[in-house]
Amino acid sequence: MPDNFLPAGVEYLRILPEIILTVAGTLIMLLEGLAGDSVKTRNGPGYLALFALVAAIPASLVAGANPGFAFSNLLVIDGFATFFRVLVVVVGILTVLVSFQYLRRENASSSEYFGLILFSVTGQCVMASSNELIMMFIGLEISSISSYVLAGYLRDDKRNNEAAIKYFLLGSFATAFFLYGIAWIYGVTGTTNLDQIRYALLSHDVASSSILVGVAASLMLVGLAFKVSAAPFQIWAPDVYQGAPAPISAFLSAGPKAAAFAIFLRLFMTSFQPISGRWAPFVWSSALLTMVVGNFAALTQSNIKRMLAYSSIANAGYVLVAIATHSAIGTAAAMFYLAAYAFMNVGAFAVVTHFSRQGERFVNIDDLAGLGWKQPVTAALFSVFLLSFVGVPLTGGFFGKFYIFKAALDGGYTWLAILGLLNSAVAAYYYLRILVVMYMKEPGESCENLSPLAPGVSLALWGSALATLVLGIFPSVILNFARGSATLGR
Amino acid sequence: MTLLDVLIALPLAGFLVAMLLPAGNHALIRRFTLGLSLLIFAVSLGLVGPYWFAHPSGYVFETNIAWINSPAIRYHVAVDGLSLWLIILTTLLTPISVLCSWKYIDKRVKEFFAFILLLEFGLIGVFAALDLFLFYVFWEVCLVPMYFLIGVWGHDRRIYAAVKFFLYTMAASVLMLGAIIYLYGRAGTFDYTVIVSHLQSGALSFSRAEEFWLFLAFFVAFAVKVPLFPLHTWLPDAHVEAPTAGSIMLASVMLKMGTYGLLRYCVMLFPNAAHENAGWIVVLAIIGIVYGALVAMVQPNMKKLVAYSSVSHLGFVVLGIFSFTQPGFDGAVYQMLNHGVSTGALFLLVGFLYERRHSLEISAYGGVATPAPQLAAVFMISMLASIGLPTLNNFIGEYLVLQGSALVNFHWTVFAAIGVILSACYMLWLYQRVFFGKTPDDVAHHMPDMTVREWAAALPLIALMVWMGTFTQSFIPPISATNAVILARTKANIETQVKRGAPPAPDGSHPAAHTVLASLEEFFRAR
Repeated sequence: MPDNFLPAGVEYLRILPEIILTVAGTLIMLLEGLAGDSVKTRNGPGYLALFALVAAIPASLVAGANPGFAFSNLLVIDGFATFFRVLVVVVGILTVLVSFQYLRRENASSSEYFGLILFSVTGQCVMASSNELIMMFIGLEISSISSYVLAGYLRDDKRNNEAAIKYFLLGSFATAFFLYGIAWIYGVTGTTNLDQIRYALLSHDVASSSILVGVAASLMLVGLAFKVSAAPFQIWAPDVYQGAPAPISAFLSAGPKAAAFAIFLRLFMTSFQPISGRWAPFVWSSALLTMVVGNFAALTQSNIKRMLAYSSIANAGYVLVAIATHSAIGTAAAMFYLAAYAFMNVGAFAVVTHFSRQGERFVNIDDLAGLGWKQPVTAALFSVFLLSFVGVPLTGGFFGKFYIFKAALDGGYTWLAILGLLNSAVAAYYYLRILVVMYMKEPGESCENLSPLAPGVSLALWGSALATLVLGIFPSVILNFARGSATLGR
Repeated sequence: MTLLDVLIALPLAGFLVAMLLPAGNHALIRRFTLGLSLLIFAVSLGLVGPYWFAHPSGYVFETNIAWINSPAIRYHVAVDGLSLWLIILTTLLTPISVLCSWKYIDKRVKEFFAFILLLEFGLIGVFAALDLFLFYVFWEVCLVPMYFLIGVWGHDRRIYAAVKFFLYTMAASVLMLGAIIYLYGRAGTFDYTVIVSHLQSGALSFSRAEEFWLFLAFFVAFAVKVPLFPLHTWLPDAHVEAPTAGSIMLASVMLKMGTYGLLRYCVMLFPNAAHENAGWIVVLAIIGIVYGALVAMVQPNMKKLVAYSSVSHLGFVVLGIFSFTQPGFDGAVYQMLNHGVSTGALFLLVGFLYERRHSLEISAYGGVATPAPQLAAVFMISMLASIGLPTLNNFIGEYLVLQGSALVNFHWTVFAAIGVILSACYMLWLYQRVFFGKTPDDVAHHMPDMTVREWAAALPLIALMVWMGTFTQSFIPPISATNAVILARTKANIETQVKRGAPPAPDGSHPAAHTVLASLEEFFRAR
């Protein structure tokens, strides 16, 4: 038995968040079998999940304070990993907060739901900290499979079923691409470790087989483009986000997306960084296409969930602009934007969750008519998220876009930056439409019998709005951290 | 913490407090907003202090502290002769807007007055900011309250107008944001004063193409706001649909954001491009002057008429700026203030008429002077001021602009002067149709004369029209001092460029720049 067969103590510390989340998730699953799912115990699993997620934040920070590798270099705990771990855990917390009321309303059992959220977040944490292609794949699968189930959680609902099956089929397809890419790169370089792939690509013997490397990188690019809903692989996103339960749409468009971008960044900025000149054109053309497709399709949507889905596609386009610059400041800008985006997006979906009511009957934009005067606080918080989407200063969305386009200009992508800026002006139109409906139309039937904000939703909304404003007024706090951990190639 | 910081903080604090006031207590909200806006006005008068006792040509009340470390964004604000009166104009028109909305706004009162204060915060910030990034932040902050003012409290087509207003401005200003970021990449700072001094010392210089595109990005953002022909189409819609207070703030102050930006940023940061492109910009300005006046003449709607007259008047301001002469600059800045006062008054009075008769159509009125002689008299003074009658304010501004343009190219002056004549036509005709003639019965019954509150709103503006038209020296010296600095720096920048071997304008293709330089020479020698 070799000396390093058993991991050292500090290595357990480095995966503390994953341990906490897995244990709590398993516990929830077990307790359901023991306690049953009566109405009295319904909130129990949620509180346990919330507790575990909240505990995972200090755990991530403790892990981040002990940077290094774990489990024979399979995982790497650095600033980048810590950033994304905290981000996906926070998204998990917000989702859980929004879900209490939703599950009660839809009369759905809660323990599997919260267990699956915990597993999905665990997978995302693994993705954020993986240093190795197989580990990435495992994280991706843990996260995705839980997400497929969550998308179809209300199994008697037709739209849920449609969403789940689409998500599952297209998601597996994407995963297969990714896995096939791993096989190719292993064939070419003989390793799945990110740093060693990088060294192999820098050395001369691999450069001769550069077509093979190109195919491998393209396969992985396609797989990841599916996961982050980048054009031309974005088709699934609107159907899934529209069909899935609203809190899950919030979760899917923020958490798994952020984690997918984390492996995107880590893979392409570490392993494939030596060939960045070759992949950058693909990424920037995809970025442009994604922004245009997302924004122009969103213009004509009447269903608010579908509109937010297209908006999430467009936002993925902005992040891709940052990645296309293949620079450390671009990486930092992408990280900042993903954080800002997570808050405003989860916030917006939380409002939709609150407003749609049982069976998600009210999901048209026009249904929101007069909300600004019926529930001023809800509408005001929603406005914060929308203005952040538009990119009005003093919101997180503004600084996110600002850093991304600054990175693009610094990287010499002047035209991409200009087209991106114009795109964000187009986007203003459909976000404004919601403001118009909320404040400038008279309240209709849909605003009657609207219950006050549930405590969980309220907490999630206030938290997200506060975070959006803090990111918009004191962006340095997050940005400095992102900058400090954005250099990935070692 | 200077007086200016207090001035920026007060409206923001007021906005937050107003949002917390009980929504049902309308009287409290109105009184609070009026009291606070009067207090802010009183505080803003303190800004005149340094100019009263000394004649500083630089910045006063300067605050410069770090806001965001990386990229280095600073909270850098100050007042100079260019922004001094514009800030005071803002603080003066805010209480007037509050007064004229006293009864006019009867639904969602709390939000309305809160947004007025938020707008004031943004406007003061725009004029005070000396950091490009901070400027952009305030610039966009102004957009949100105005969007709501038009969209929630406007007339029938308010939503269309509000969205058009927002998108027009937004689309143009994102390009400016791009240019600001690019500038940061080149200069390493957002600080306006630092960039200017780098430009002067030659530590920073642009290639010709670079300067042109940067200039254009800023220029389009400002030209939409001014609005310069042919980017003016949002303005009539926004004005017609906005509530009275919205129209007043929009016409009197928000349009000046554009002209202020032209002078402060376009001319100061990109003097060569500004010179080289002066030719076509002046042509657009003159088209705007004549076109605005002609279109105003045929409007059946009073607000639309005043809105198009704004397009015409603002053309004068742009003409003055791009003449690059001292009288042109002085006239442009003075005309910004004049237009704020006189057009603000016209929108105020049209609002009074609307409150009585609930129509903006000219044809719905007639013979108003009989039941409401005071209203007629006040309207007459404002209208004459707007036309540019000597001894009233607009005359001075228009005269200076025309003089400045004549120094460069007499043809410009001739065409622009047509605008002055046309303005007399449409204004007098409007006055005749509304106030004279036979009084229809429904007008006679619904036309009480001005109330004390209405007098309180109108009187300061009337007083200013006379004061600014007769005692010009109370206002002009700080403006002139700052303009002289701008002009001298512009000239110095061009000389630096020439010394550094930047390509001079090709012979014959850009006569404006040469003519301007020659006339500048002449002008300074004459002094």
